[in-house]
Amino acid sequence: MRTIFYLIRKEFLQIFRDKFIGRAIFAIPVLQMLILVPAVTFEIRNVELCILDRDLTTESRKLVNQLVGSTFFKVIFTTFSEEKANDLLSRDQCDLILQIPSGFGNDISKGNQVKVFVAANAINASNAQLSWAYLNGVIGDYNMDIITEKIDNQSFVPIPQVQVTNRYWYNEMLNYKYYMLPGILGILVLAIGFLLAGLNLVKEKESGTIEQMNVTPVKKYHFIIAKMVPFLVIGLVDLALGLILGKLVFNIPFEGNIALLFFCSAIFLVAVLGFALFLSTFSGTQQQFMFTAFFFMIIFILMSGIFTPVESMPEWAQKIDLINPVVYVMRINRMVLLKGSTFHDISREIVALTAIAVGFTALAINRYRKTA
Amino acid sequence: MPADCLISARHVSKSFGAINALNDLSFNVREGEIFGFIGPDGAGKTTLFRIITTLLLPDEGEMTIMGLDIRNGFRELRKNIGYMPGRFSLYLDLSVGENLNFYATVFGTTVRENYELIRDIYSHIEPFEKRLAGKLSGGMKQKLALSCALIHKPALLVLDEPTTGVDAASRSEFWEMLKKLRPYNITIIVSTPYMDEAMKCDRVALIQEGKILSIDEPEKIRDGFSRKLFSIRASDKYKLIVALRAFPGTVTAYPFGDSVHVTFKGDGLENSVYEYLSQTGLKDVIIQETRAGIEDRFLELME
Repeated sequence: MRTIFYLIRKEFLQIFRDKFIGRAIFAIPVLQMLILVPAVTFEIRNVELCILDRDLTTESRKLVNQLVGSTFFKVIFTTFSEEKANDLLSRDQCDLILQIPSGFGNDISKGNQVKVFVAANAINASNAQLSWAYLNGVIGDYNMDIITEKIDNQSFVPIPQVQVTNRYWYNEMLNYKYYMLPGILGILVLAIGFLLAGLNLVKEKESGTIEQMNVTPVKKYHFIIAKMVPFLVIGLVDLALGLILGKLVFNIPFEGNIALLFFCSAIFLVAVLGFALFLSTFSGTQQQFMFTAFFFMIIFILMSGIFTPVESMPEWAQKIDLINPVVYVMRINRMVLLKGSTFHDISREIVALTAIAVGFTALAINRYRKTA
Repeated sequence: MPADCLISARHVSKSFGAINALNDLSFNVREGEIFGFIGPDGAGKTTLFRIITTLLLPDEGEMTIMGLDIRNGFRELRKNIGYMPGRFSLYLDLSVGENLNFYATVFGTTVRENYELIRDIYSHIEPFEKRLAGKLSGGMKQKLALSCALIHKPALLVLDEPTTGVDAASRSEFWEMLKKLRPYNITIIVSTPYMDEAMKCDRVALIQEGKILSIDEPEKIRDGFSRKLFSIRASDKYKLIVALRAFPGTVTAYPFGDSVHVTFKGDGLENSVYEYLSQTGLKDVIIQETRAGIEDRFLELME
């Protein structure tokens, strides 16, 4: 046991001797939070709209005004030429074209069915879908207005209709910061653990210090544990920093038990550190490690459900995700912070995460050879 | 196997792919002696030392150290071996004192407990205790590495090319330090590409392309030289070698310091050599019979 203590003390000495790393460990998470949380959002604002109004009647202007009035759309161009409009779309200068045919106003006043034509730039598919949905919403409102106007003219009897009212649980204002922040906390902890620990071990290989260590009676698991503990501590300190920032700057809700959050993050860190150390046993240089680590980090993060729900991924991807520790921490962070989930609620995630942590660490200890 | 034998190797072989790094090595190292492995780069010295330090397993053959088989006694062995790899491999970002303390604690001891053993070596660098190891000079790094390898009072000290890349003064100082360890009965095995250092060992093994050419005391190895050896000097050494190698009576002619070591057919020195050399226009030719060095014997064995 004493050996582990001395090994850990040595790691801490080395980490904080490097003035740059010593500061970066705490500065980078702060920067990451301050930049990513407000920047990464799914809300779509300022959809750039090109209007092709062939009608130019009161009715068509009303529709255009309604679009301009909403916060989502910005009319950047008005033209009569379809060619011109298509050209704008193809040159990426607008996101949507709304074409109002001539006779639009006339048909509405006569009570006929009218059609408008919409073309969307779907280079970014989710963007196109969302702007399309917003546009539909605005046109729906416009429809309601017409209907009520018509009915008002004839009678005072209200027409029955079904209206959906909704409530967004756990994030009533659909504040994307609340949604993203717990996820970004997970990524922050992942990056610190994964890169620092892996690079640390590879550095010992590169500089040859590991050869001297291997001739000592230090046991394999002593060595691996001593490589994990410092980064576990640093990861949790960074998590605390992130949470404090989240509260002070973004005022995120702390619905659940913060101790539970730390407990789960600790398990998550062990999983990440185990995997990083496992991976580092395959690399001889820091460059090799960085390359493979980057590859795995991208997979871990993009498949974690931070941006797109895991449930809508193909089945095989969901199977892979069973051993992606980031998936679980993403869920746990969001559930504990936003929903106030208890240990019991997230016990399945905790069990899975623990299994992954044990598995990766065992692999790392097993793969690490005290031989040249 | 002699009773005082600390390392016993029997038919040890190791290859990496198609390269035969070690080819059927057998040797004994006695307790308390300084045993040198002398050979050029790529002879297999480092591979052999990695096997001795339990970092590698041989493909074939047996090796016991302190009576323990390297295959299953490695745990016990690691407690009793001090290893100084060819490349400086202490923590550059830790200070002199931190490095020494760290290695002491890793072996479950303290600097104070074994300070006596390293006093002569460590006292040179003690004034720089707070300096980072990465900021030390070559000679100081070497002293620190030796201190760290000795701090747990190992029975066997393994030094892989400890003097490579170190200046001449530090080299001889280093050998002095090793001599001072005699009273502690630590067996030292050391490898070096420098033939002059072989003379400082109790016994040496000449190793070449993974094979041991000869094992003996350095003086006896010198005596093993089978022919008469002449040291020839002239004002133009390069021209002299070219001339000697072109001479039909020459068997070997190798440069050696500022002279050329030559053996002749029939083992004797004939007057025709003088005639030949003066014909080629060489001036100030001096020919003396000389005693073969380790290097001469090495080159003879390699023929």
